[in-house]
Amino acid sequence: MLHILWFLLLAGGVVYGAVHGRIDEVTQAVFSGAQSGVMICFGLLSVLVFWLGMMRIAQEGGIVRALARVCSPLVCRLFPSVPRGDPAIGYIVTNVCANVLGLGNAATPAGMKAMEELQKRNRSPNEATPAMCTLLAINTASLTLIPTTMIGLRMQAGSQSPTDIIVPTIVATACSLLFALLIDRWAQKSAP
Amino acid sequence: MIGTITAFVIPVWIVLILCVGLMRNVPLVTSFVAGAQEGFGLTVRMLPHVVAMMVAIAVFRASGALDALVGIAAPWLDPMGIPAQVVPMGLLRTMTGAGSIAYAGDVIAQYGPDALWSRMVATIQGSTDTTLYVIAVYFGAIGVTKTRYALPVGLAADAVGFVAAVWACRVFS
Repeated sequence: MLHILWFLLLAGGVVYGAVHGRIDEVTQAVFSGAQSGVMICFGLLSVLVFWLGMMRIAQEGGIVRALARVCSPLVCRLFPSVPRGDPAIGYIVTNVCANVLGLGNAATPAGMKAMEELQKRNRSPNEATPAMCTLLAINTASLTLIPTTMIGLRMQAGSQSPTDIIVPTIVATACSLLFALLIDRWAQKSAP
Repeated sequence: MIGTITAFVIPVWIVLILCVGLMRNVPLVTSFVAGAQEGFGLTVRMLPHVVAMMVAIAVFRASGALDALVGIAAPWLDPMGIPAQVVPMGLLRTMTGAGSIAYAGDVIAQYGPDALWSRMVATIQGSTDTTLYVIAVYFGAIGVTKTRYALPVGLAADAVGFVAAVWACRVFS
């Protein structure tokens, strides 16, 4: 599925660009796209190095395990394949909390640690497990309470009430999260 | 008020981790360095996945194919109460975070920050995440190449979030 989408975007883009006389822009986009990919990763590097360091302290100090123990009853309903008290639960909770609070740069490292923990239980390591798909669904739905970037952008533009997008944002994000979890559960059951 | 609370979350979290670590006799710097070292490996592992996605998305946008897709989709979405001005936002949001923020900025600059369309694009930006990027980063970092149903689930959730954001802006205004 990902391979087909990639093919469609790339090959479709090249063919469409060629037909409509934009082949120079397309060639340029190949390299600017590659460059922005590298820039994004190296932008994330500092954040990953710092937070993975902090999270190692949290793990050795027992915070991750404590979080996992406290939140297991609730979180394990969403991740039935993960045993209670597994460190993955601790990282999942950290990831979700950071997302909710709008701390995107702390959310990604926690999500990655969660994925690593889930990977340890994966019998075919190049294939996603149902628990990984659920965690991904939660992250793509992006549970946000305060859309800080957009409030800032509207404030800069001189909005009368920049915060009036908070309620619609919470409603929309709740809808997409709920739907993501439902369809993820359905896909899990109907997948071979 | 809310801004102040969020501003304190990260510092408090850092101090909490450090205090608990100190109480439990964790060798703070040694542990930090050991964990931080993983950061580089993760970045190197996910980089090819992110580059692959970014190239495909950049080509698709630069070729004009995205605009063509918007042109096709807009008349179908109009009867659902989704104005043509916010349709590009829905497509961009799934593909590129920076691209969708830029588009939202354009709409806000053009129509004013309090216009219905501006509130719609801002809500779309805030209520979903960049599915293609999230998949590339998380699955790339752990070396998962068979993503199974994760992509269609993410895209479907994006579509629902998009429509919900537009309708929520109509209801709460």
